[in-house]
Amino acid sequence: MITKKGINASPGVAIGPAFVLDTEEYRIPQRTIDPAQIPAQVRNLDAALAASRQEVAELRAAAARKLGDETAVIFAFHEQFIADPKLRTSVVDAIEQQRHTAAYAFAQIMNQRQRLFRNVPDPYLKERVRDLFDIERRVLRHILGRAREDVARLTDPVIIVAEDITPSQAISLDRRHVLGFAINVGGQTSHMAIIARMLGIPAVVALGDVTADILGGETLIIDGSNGIVIADPDAESLARYQAQQHEYERLTTRLRALRDQPAITRDGVPAQLLANIEVPEEARIAFEFGAEGIGLYRTELLFLSSPRPPTEEQQYEAFRAVMRAAGDHPVIIRTLDLGADKLAPTMGGQHDHNPALGLRSLRYCLLHLDMFKVHLRAILRASVEGDMRIMFPMIATLMELRQAKTTLADVKEDLEEEGIPFRRDVPVGIMIETPAAAMLASIFTREAGFLSIGTNDLTQYTLAVDRANERVAHLYSAHNPAVIRLIHQVIRAARRRDVPVTLCGEMAGTPIYCQLLLGLGLQRLSMAPANIPLIKGVIRSTTMEHCQAIARKVMQFDGDRQVLNYLRDEFRGLDPEDET
Amino acid sequence: MGARVVVEREIAIPNKEGLHFRPIMQFVDIAQRFHAGVTVHCEDRRADGRSPMEMLMLVATHGTKVRVVAEGADAQECVAALAGLVESGFGEL
Repeated sequence: MITKKGINASPGVAIGPAFVLDTEEYRIPQRTIDPAQIPAQVRNLDAALAASRQEVAELRAAAARKLGDETAVIFAFHEQFIADPKLRTSVVDAIEQQRHTAAYAFAQIMNQRQRLFRNVPDPYLKERVRDLFDIERRVLRHILGRAREDVARLTDPVIIVAEDITPSQAISLDRRHVLGFAINVGGQTSHMAIIARMLGIPAVVALGDVTADILGGETLIIDGSNGIVIADPDAESLARYQAQQHEYERLTTRLRALRDQPAITRDGVPAQLLANIEVPEEARIAFEFGAEGIGLYRTELLFLSSPRPPTEEQQYEAFRAVMRAAGDHPVIIRTLDLGADKLAPTMGGQHDHNPALGLRSLRYCLLHLDMFKVHLRAILRASVEGDMRIMFPMIATLMELRQAKTTLADVKEDLEEEGIPFRRDVPVGIMIETPAAAMLASIFTREAGFLSIGTNDLTQYTLAVDRANERVAHLYSAHNPAVIRLIHQVIRAARRRDVPVTLCGEMAGTPIYCQLLLGLGLQRLSMAPANIPLIKGVIRSTTMEHCQAIARKVMQFDGDRQVLNYLRDEFRGLDPEDET
Repeated sequence: MGARVVVEREIAIPNKEGLHFRPIMQFVDIAQRFHAGVTVHCEDRRADGRSPMEMLMLVATHGTKVRVVAEGADAQECVAALAGLVESGFGEL
C-alpha cells in the first residue's frame, strides 16, 4: 500500500484500476491472433524496431552536438537496448507461442521490465524506469502506426493517472469510463481541476510524481475531498473508503432533493443560481441540478477539441443545442476565450513569453476578425431560440468593448442583408476579470448591458499569481482583501446603475464564500452544475441580515488568512435546515 | 574447437551509481570481443553479458556482488578483462 498526498481538486471518492497515461498513452488491447498472422506481426515488430533505432540514433547525434556526451550516452543506450537481439527474441516468442499481437507482446515484455525497477531502493537506478517508458512508447508508436487506441476510446472504467491533462484531452475523455484523476501537477483552479469538478469526477492534483509510483492496472483509491491517493490499498482502507463512497453518494442524493426548492434565504431574499457549462450536453445536467439558467457557456472547447476551427454550422449546432436545452431560461454565452492555458491546435506555434498577459481571449479575436465574425454569426443565429445574452471576456479597456460591439454590429448587418433571422435585442455584457475593468466598472456600466465577475482571472491578475504554478499557488486566494474589495466595487457600480451583475468564478460554487457574496450584494451566482445543490443549501440556511454582517466584518480584515478563518467559522456555524 | 573452459569471478560493484547505462555499454562492448559466452549473475537474476537489456535488468546497485561466468576457449582472458573493468569502477571512481 502506498499513500500519496496532493491537493484536493474535485470532491468524492473513486475506487478502480489505474490507467497511467504517461506510460499507457497507447492502450493496447489484448487480442489473440490467427497463426497465419504471425509472420506479419513479426515483420511489423522488426520494422518498428528498425525505425525506432534510426530515430534514437538521430537523437543521439543531436544530443552529442547540443548537449554533450552525458546526454548522448542515454540515447546510445536506448539504441543498444532496442537493437538487443534478446529483446527481439523475447517479443517474437510471445507472438509465436502466445499468439499475441506485436504491440501487446512488446508492451507486456516492457511492463515486466518496468515492474522490476519499481522496488529498486537506489534512486538513480530507479529513475531508469523512465528510460524504459520512453523506449516502450517510441517502439509502440511505430508498431501501432496511426492505428493507436487512445484515451478517447477507453472501454472500461479507470482512474486516470497522468502528468497533466490538457483541457482538450479532458474533454476527449469518455466520462463514463473515467472514475477519477490522480495528476502530478496543477492546483485547485487549474483547468483540469475545474473540468473534473464540472464532471463530478473525484480528482487529486499536485501529487509530484504519481505517474512514476503507480503501475497500470493497480487498484487505486482517490479521495478527492482530502487530496489523498492510495495505491494497492489494504483491506481495511478499501472497506473504509467504500463506506465513504456510499456516504458521499447518499449526501449527493440528499442535496439533489433540494433541486425543486427555491434558493431563498430564511428571511426571504431570493438568489438566482446559474450553471457554468462547456459542452451542450451539460446544459441538461445543469437543469437536473436545479440551475435557473446558464450563467456562463464557455465556447472554446469546440475549438480545442478539433484540429481545425469549427465551421459556422458546427458552432451554430452546438449553440442551438444549448439554447434548446435551456428552454425559457437565460443563457449567457461567452465569446471565444482562447489563449493562455487554452491553446487551440489552430493557434499555431506562436507562444507568448507570458501567455496570461499575452494575445489571448478577446484580444486574439479582435486580431482574427474573420474567425471572430464566423463565431458571432453562429451565436446570433442561435439567439432566436430563446433568452440569449452575449458576453465578451478579458476586457481591460473601454476601447476593446467598443471594437467588439462594432464587430457584432457588422455581423448583424450582414445577417440582416442575407435575410437570416436573429434577435436584434440580444443583451451584450462583459466579464470583469482584469483589475482594470473592476476599477472602471462604473464606466463600463454605461456601455455594457450586464457584468459578470470572473474571479479566477481577477484573482490571478490582482495578486500576480499563476494559479497553475504549484510553487506560488498558495499565494492565490480569492478571499484576499484586495480581490474582495474589487468585487465589492463592481457590485456597487452595477447596482447604482441597475445593471445586472453575476459572479461566475470558482468562488461562486465554493460554500464558504456564499454568505460573503450574498452579503456583498450579489444575487446571481454561476457555478459548476454539481455545486448548485450545495450552494442552495447554504442560502436556505442563512439570512441576508447575517450575510451582510459577515460582509461588513470581512471588509475590515487586512489579511487573507483572517478572512478565510472567519468565513470557515461562519460556514461551520450554519445549521442546514434539512440536516438529518 | 578449443577446450571448454569455465571461469568465474565474484566482484562487488564499486561505483556509486551502480550498473547504469555507460558501465553496461562498456561491459557489453568488452564481452563481445571474446569468443566465450558470458553470463552475469546478481542475486537470483542472470543476464547474458552481451545483452544490454538483460544487463540493465540485473539492477545491480552500488556494493552489490555480481558473479561473472565465462565459458569458452578464451574464458580466462575474458573474465580478467571484465573483472578489470568492473574493479576499476568503470572509470568512474
